[in-house]
Amino acid sequence: MSLTAETPTTTDQDEDAGALPDLLYSEVEEDLRASVRALLAARSPWDAVLARTESDERTDTDLWARLGTELGVLGLPVAEDDGGAGASWREVAVVAEELGRAVAAVPFLGSAVTATAVLGRLGADELLTALAGGRSTVALAVPFGRLSGTAPQATCTRTGDAVSGGVRSVADARTADVLLVPTDDGALLQVSTDQPGVTRTPVVSLDETRPLVDLVLDGASGSVLATEAADAADAVAYGTTVAAAVLASEQLGVAEWCLQSSVSYLQDRRQFGRTLASHQALRHRCADLWVQVTQARAVARYAAACAAEDSADLAVAASLAQALCSDVAVRAAEECLQLHGGIGFTWEHPVHLYLKRATSSALALGSPHAHRSRLARLVDLPAPTDEEPA
Amino acid sequence: MTAPQTPAEARRLVAAFLGDHDPAGPDALAFLQARFDAGLARPSWPEGLGGLGASSALNGPVDDAFAAAGAPDNRPHSNIIGLGMAAPTLLAFGTPEQQARWLRPLWTHEDVWCQLFSEPGAGSDLAAVATSAVRDGGDWVVNGQKVWTSLAHESRWALLLARTDPRAPKHRGLTYFVCDMDAPGVDVRPLRQLTGETEFNEVFLDGVRIPDDQRIGDVGAGWRVTQATLMNERVAIGGATPPREGGPIGTLAQHWREHPEDRTAGVHDEVLRLWVDAEALRLTSARLTQQLLAGQPGPEGSGAKLAYAQLAQRASAAELAVLGGEALRYDDWTARRPVVGDLAERTPGFRFLRAKANSIEGGTSEVLRNIIAERVLGLPGEPRTDRDTPWEDLPR
Ligand SMILES: Cc1cc2nc3c(=O)[nH]c(=O)nc-3n(C[C@H](O)[C@H](O)[C@H](O)COP(=O)(O)OP(=O)(O)OC[C@H]3O[C@@H](n4cnc5c(N)ncnc54)[C@H](O)[C@@H]3O)c2cc1C
Repeated sequence: MSLTAETPTTTDQDEDAGALPDLLYSEVEEDLRASVRALLAARSPWDAVLARTESDERTDTDLWARLGTELGVLGLPVAEDDGGAGASWREVAVVAEELGRAVAAVPFLGSAVTATAVLGRLGADELLTALAGGRSTVALAVPFGRLSGTAPQATCTRTGDAVSGGVRSVADARTADVLLVPTDDGALLQVSTDQPGVTRTPVVSLDETRPLVDLVLDGASGSVLATEAADAADAVAYGTTVAAAVLASEQLGVAEWCLQSSVSYLQDRRQFGRTLASHQALRHRCADLWVQVTQARAVARYAAACAAEDSADLAVAASLAQALCSDVAVRAAEECLQLHGGIGFTWEHPVHLYLKRATSSALALGSPHAHRSRLARLVDLPAPTDEEPA
Repeated sequence: MTAPQTPAEARRLVAAFLGDHDPAGPDALAFLQARFDAGLARPSWPEGLGGLGASSALNGPVDDAFAAAGAPDNRPHSNIIGLGMAAPTLLAFGTPEQQARWLRPLWTHEDVWCQLFSEPGAGSDLAAVATSAVRDGGDWVVNGQKVWTSLAHESRWALLLARTDPRAPKHRGLTYFVCDMDAPGVDVRPLRQLTGETEFNEVFLDGVRIPDDQRIGDVGAGWRVTQATLMNERVAIGGATPPREGGPIGTLAQHWREHPEDRTAGVHDEVLRLWVDAEALRLTSARLTQQLLAGQPGPEGSGAKLAYAQLAQRASAAELAVLGGEALRYDDWTARRPVVGDLAERTPGFRFLRAKANSIEGGTSEVLRNIIAERVLGLPGEPRTDRDTPWEDLPR
C-alpha cells in the first residue's frame, strides 16, 4: 500500500469487517513487560530521570545499553537473520508502554521504532543489523513535529555524497551515531555523526526527557540509502506511520502512570478530616479517566497490531491512535496534577515530567488536530468547502 | 475635599495634581507618596488613606489619567497580594492605626506583601492550620510551617493565619496577624515550580514574636477575616475586566492573525470558541464589578475565577496546538526567581505550564464548585465530622 497517497479508503467489502486482530496482551508480551519494568524500576527511578534533565548527559546511555544487551529489545521487529529478535511491532509497543510509564530518557522511539521501520522498508540490512544489535543508534533527521505518514520536506541539499543544510527540532539525535537525512532531490542518505561536518545544537525542549537538537550539516559525507524519490518518501512515510502507531502505546503508559498515581494519592491525602478519595466528585474524575485509558489501550493495541500485520488499515489506525491517545495522555497528566493540588505544581514531584512528555508527544508526529484532518481524508469525511452559507 | 462624582471631575483633580507634581520628575517614590496623600491613589479608599471616599468606578479613570500623563505607577503586577488582598482586608478589619501604618507604603510599592495561609496539612482545608500563636505578655509567639508562599522572598509583611486556641473547634480557634517577614525566626526557603522558576517558598516560623498591635480582628475571629481575604483573592485573580482580547485569549488571537501558515480548520473552531468564552467571561466580570458598585455583591466571584482558570488553560493549550512542532521548544528551565510581569511577554510553553496553577492557587476549582453549590445555590454540603470537635482532637 502507498502511505503517502491521500485517497480515501472506504471499508473494503472483501475484508471481513468483524475480523479484528488480537487486542489483548499475550503471555510472552506480559513477560516482556515484566522484565522491562523491572529494569526500569532498578535503573530509571523518576528522581534520577528528573536529575538527568538538568545534567550534561540527557540521554541515559547506560539504560540504553542495558535495553540492548540485557533485554535485547532494540531489534524486536527485525528478522533473526538480520540480528533481530524476529518479533513484531506489538512487542515493540509493549516496551514503549513501559518506557512511557517511566518517562525514560532513551532514544527508543527514534532508533528502535522510526529508524528501524525506515531501514526495514528500504532493506538496508547492514545498518539495521548494527541497530538491532545495539552497536548503532540511528535517528531520522526530520522535525519531530512533522505529521507522520507524509514524505519529508527536505531542507538539506546533496552534491554527490556530500550533504549540507539544517534540520530543526530533531528528536532522539543527541547520542545517535547515524542520521538518516532526506535531501531535496528526493534521496535519503545515511550520515555518520562522527565527522566535523555535523553539528548538533541542543535545544531547550519542553520535554527534556526526550530532548531535541537543531542539526546543521556542512558538506557532511554520507552514503545513499535510496536515490528514487518515491522509495525514500515511502520509507519515511512508512517509518513515521509506524512511529505514530507505537507512540500511542508510550502515551498509554504515561496515562496509566498518571491514573495510578492519582488514585493512590487520593487515598493517602487527608483534608477535612477524611481522605480525598472519599469525595465522590474526585472518585468520578478517576472513573472517567479510567474509561479514557481503557479506550486508549484498545486503540493503541489496534495500531500496534495493524503495524505488526502491515494491515491496509495502518494509516487509519495510526492517526486514530494519535488523535485519541494524545488527548488522553495530556488529560491524564492534567488531572493528575490538579488532583495533587500545590505539590503537583512543583519541580520536586514527578507529575510535571509526565505532563511535559504527554504534551510533547501530542505535538510530535503531528498534533491531534492534524491527525483528525488526516482521518477526514482517509475515511472520506471531507472538510466543508464553503465556510459561510450564503 | 468632597469626593468627585464623575470621571470628568476625577480627571480634573488629576490634572490639578499633575500641575503641582512633575510626573517625569526624578523621584518616583516621592511622586507616588504625594499621589497617595492627595487621595488619588485609589479614589474609593477613605479620605486620609489614599482615597477620597469616592465610588470605585473612578479608580480606573484615575489610573488611566496618570498613565496617559506618563506618570510612574506602583507596579501593581508585582504586589498583587498587597493590593488585591492585604489592602481590602486592612480596610475592612484593621484599626485606624494599622491602616495608617501599612496602607501608604503598600500602595507605593515600598512594601510587598505575601500570604502565609497554606500549610502542608492545610490546603483546601485551610481552617485546619496548625501553626500556633501563643500569648506572651504584649506579644504572640508563633511556631509552625507554611508552604506555597508566593513572593515571600520579596515581602516585607505577610498576612498570617495561626491557631490561638487548639481546644476550640477548628474554625473558631484561629486568629489573623500581620507578620514582619524580617523578624527573627522567619526562615524563607525557595520551592521550585514545574516552569523551572522558584516563585513560591516554604516559610518556617520558629519562635517569631508578633506584637499584639499586629493582630487583625479579634482573637478567635481569624476565620472571618480570612474569608474576606479569600473573597478578594478570587476577584483579584478572576474578576478583572480586561479590554476585548485582553487576558489569555490575546496572544492566541494575535498569533492566529499574524501567521496564516499555522491556521487549520480544526484549531480555527477552537480559537473561535475560546474567543466567545473569553468575551463571555469578560462581560460576566464587568457585570460583577457593576453589581459590587451597586452594592449588590453577586455570586459570580467564585464563578469568575473558576471560568478564568479554564479559559487560561484552554487558550494556552490552543496556542501550543497552533504552533505545532515549534511548541516542542521551551525558553529556560534554570531555577531562578521569576520576574513577575506580563504573561504575554513569556513563551507559549511557559503560559501553558503556568496556567496549570490557576485552578489550584487561591482556592482550587473543586473548592470553588463546592462554594457555588453550597453558598450560592444553597445545596447541602457533604456530611462533616470536623466542625464541632475541638481541633486538637481531630484525626490528622
Ligand atoms: C502557584 C501557586 C501559588 C500559591 N500561592 C500561595 C500563597 O501565596 N499563599 C498561600 O497561603 N497559599 C498559596 N498557594 C496554595 C494554594 O492555596 C493551595 O495549593 C490550594 O488551596 C490547595 O491546597 P493543597 O495544595 O493542599 O491541595 P489539597 O487541598 O490537598 O487538594 C488536592 C486535590 O483535592 C481536591 N479537593 C480538596 N478538597 C476537596 C473537596 N472537599 N471536594 C472536592 N475536591 C477537593 C482539590 O481541589 C485538589 O484537586 C499557592 C498554590 C500555587 C499552586
